[in-house]
Amino acid sequence: MSAPTTQAPTLAPAPRGGISGSIRDSLVVGKRNLIRMTRIPEMVIFGLIQPIMFVVLFTYVFGGSINIPGAPEGSAAAYKEFLMAGIFAQTVTFATAGAGAGIADDMHKGLIDRFRSLPMARGAVLTGRTLADLVQTAVTLAVLALVALLVGWRTHENIGKVLAGFGLLLLLGYAFTWIGALIGLSVRTPEAATSGGLIWLFPLTFISNAFVPVNGMPTFLQHVAEWNPFSATVAAARELFGNTIDGVPKSVTGAWPMEHPILASVIWSVLIIVVFRTLAVRKYRNATA
Amino acid sequence: MPGAIYAEGLVKNFGDVRALDGVDLDVPEGTVLGLLGPNGAGKTTSVRVLTTLLQADSGYAEVAGIDVAKHPNEVRRSIGLSGQFAAVDEYLTGRENLQMVGQLYQMPKAAAKQRAGELLEQFNLADAADRPAKTYSGGMRRRLDLAAALIVKPPVMFMDEPTTGLDPRNRQALWEVIQDLVKGGTTLLLTTQYLEEADHLAHDICVIDHGRVIARGTADQLKAQTGGERVEVVVHQRDQIESARDVLAVLGKGEVAVDDHTRKLTVPVLGGAKLLADVIRDLDERGVEIDDIGLRRPTLDDVFISLTGHEAEVSEPEDEAAAAAAAGKKETAK
Ligand SMILES: Nc1ncnc2c1ncn2[C@@H]1O[C@H](COP(=O)(O)OP(=O)(O)OP(=O)(O)O)[C@@H](O)[C@H]1O
Ligand SMILES: [Mg+2]
Repeated sequence: MSAPTTQAPTLAPAPRGGISGSIRDSLVVGKRNLIRMTRIPEMVIFGLIQPIMFVVLFTYVFGGSINIPGAPEGSAAAYKEFLMAGIFAQTVTFATAGAGAGIADDMHKGLIDRFRSLPMARGAVLTGRTLADLVQTAVTLAVLALVALLVGWRTHENIGKVLAGFGLLLLLGYAFTWIGALIGLSVRTPEAATSGGLIWLFPLTFISNAFVPVNGMPTFLQHVAEWNPFSATVAAARELFGNTIDGVPKSVTGAWPMEHPILASVIWSVLIIVVFRTLAVRKYRNATA
Repeated sequence: MPGAIYAEGLVKNFGDVRALDGVDLDVPEGTVLGLLGPNGAGKTTSVRVLTTLLQADSGYAEVAGIDVAKHPNEVRRSIGLSGQFAAVDEYLTGRENLQMVGQLYQMPKAAAKQRAGELLEQFNLADAADRPAKTYSGGMRRRLDLAAALIVKPPVMFMDEPTTGLDPRNRQALWEVIQDLVKGGTTLLLTTQYLEEADHLAHDICVIDHGRVIARGTADQLKAQTGGERVEVVVHQRDQIESARDVLAVLGKGEVAVDDHTRKLTVPVLGGAKLLADVIRDLDERGVEIDDIGLRRPTLDDVFISLTGHEAEVSEPEDEAAAAAAAGKKETAK
C-alpha cells in the first residue's frame, strides 16, 4: 500500500431512483453473474447434460412404447414431437435451483451484506441474478432445441409462433428463478438451496401434461394437472410449435387454462413473478447471513 | 451537536441472546473511535446496526446526521463498510470486484474503472488485479475488501477488524491509509482486537462487553484509570529479594508485589525516569544485582484485562507474530 494523496471525503452520487436506476443496477449485477458463469463453465455444462439425456432417453426408450389414449394407431412420431415441449418446459424450471444456490452462496460469502450496505436499487441484486439465469436458460434451451431437431423433432407452425413458444418457455423459467431467489434467501447453505429448489419440481412437472396426456390419469389428478401452472406453458408451447396430437382433447376436465393455454401461460408466469418477486425483495431487505 | 456517528440506547436481541444492551456512541466528525471488546461483546452487531444491515429492536442511531432506521438508503451513500469477513466475489478479478462496487455506489462506469485502478495500486494488488479473487491469499482478499469500502471516499467509514489477517507491513500500510483518510476529514469507527492498533489510531476508545459500553475515553485516560506507572525489577539472586523490597518500599508509592519464582518485584511509582535512576542507584548501593529493570506504563491490554476480566482474544492463528509483537511492546523501557 502506498501513501495516498489526501482528499476530502465525498458523498456517493445520489441513486438515480425509479425504474432507470433499478435497471442500471440490475444490469451491473447481472453482468457480474454472467462473468461468474463463464468462469464456472462446468455449471452450464452440467445444466445441459440432464435435459439432453431426457430428450434422448424419452425419444428412444419411451417414444415407441408410450400409448397415448385417444391417439390414432402408430403415433410414435407424434409422441416424440408432443414430448419436446414438456422436456423444454421442465428444463427451464430447473433454473430455480441455480438461482437459489447462487443467492444462498452470496449470502454465505457475505456478498449480500456488501450489496445491502450500498446505495443501490432495492431489488437489483435479485433482478440481476434472475436476468443472468434467464440468459443461461436461453442458451440451454437453444442447445436443447438443436438436439431435439437432431433426434427428429419438428415444428409445424410459422417461425413467429415457434419463437413465441420459446418466449413463453423463457418467461416461465424467469418466473421460476424468482421462486429460487426466495428459496436462496430462506435457507442456510447453497446445498440446501439446490435441493430445496429441485425436490418439489419433480411432482410439479410430472403431475402435468408434460410427458403424457392427462386423459390417462385418475380424475383427481386430471384436475390438478390441468390447473398446474406448468401445464399451461407446456400446452401453449405445444400449440405454438404445432406439436399437438390429433384426437387428444385440449382439456378433459374443461379447466379454463387448458382451453386458453397461451393466455393462461402468460397470466400464471406474470402472477408468479409478481408474488415471488415481492416476497423475495422483502426478504432480501431483512436478510441476515 | 451529535457526532458523525451517534447512537443512543441501541438494543438488539437474537432470540435469547442480548447482543446489544443499550449501546451509546458519539463519534465527532473527523475522529476515529476504537471499539474494543472481547469476542461476542457486540462489536459486529453494533457495526451492522449502524451500517443499516440490521435493525435494532430499540434505540436511536444516526450516521452523518441521518436517521439510520428511517433513511437507510441515504445513510448508505455516506458510508463505506469493510465487514469482519472479507466480502469479495471469488470468481471476479480484483479489478472487476472494485469496478462493480463503484458502479453500485452509482459512480459512472469510467470513473469506477479509474478509481479501481488507483485503489489496486494503493493496496498493493496491482500485480494480482486481473486474477480471480479465488486465487488471492487471505490478506489479499482482506485488502480487496478494504479497497471496496474506500471506493467513493465516503465521509463515514466502518471497519470491523480491518487488520486481522494482514502481515505487519500491510498492517502498517493500512494504518497510513487510515490516518490519511482521517486527515482528509473522514470519521471512522474501527473495531479491533489489537489494542496497540487502537492506541495508535483511535482518538477515543469505547470498551464494550455483553452488549454494554463499560468504559470510554482516550487511551491515556483509560490507562490512567487502570493505574499509573510501575517499576519492575528482576533481581539476580533470590536472597536479594528482601534488600530490593526495602529499596522499593521507600521509593515507591504503595505495596511492593513480589513474585518469588521469577524474582520479580513490582511497585507503583510517581516520578518517571528520574525515579527509575534513583531506584537503580539505591539498589546498586545495597549491592543488589539486577537482571532486568523497567518503568512500565499500563497498556491497553492491561486496561482491557482489568475491565473485562479476560484478555483480548486473537481469532486468527496467522497473526501470532503480530500478537507477539504487540505483547513485546508492553515493556516501554528495559
Ligand atoms: N445472526 C445472529 N444470530 C444469533 N446470534 C447472533 C447473531 N449475530 C450475533 N449474535 C450473537 O450476538 C452476540 C454479539 O455478537 P457480535 O458478532 O456482535 O460480537 P463481536 O463483538 O463482533 O465478537 P467477535 O470479536 O468475535 O467478532 C454474540 O453472542 C453472538 O453469538
Ligand atoms: Mg465481530
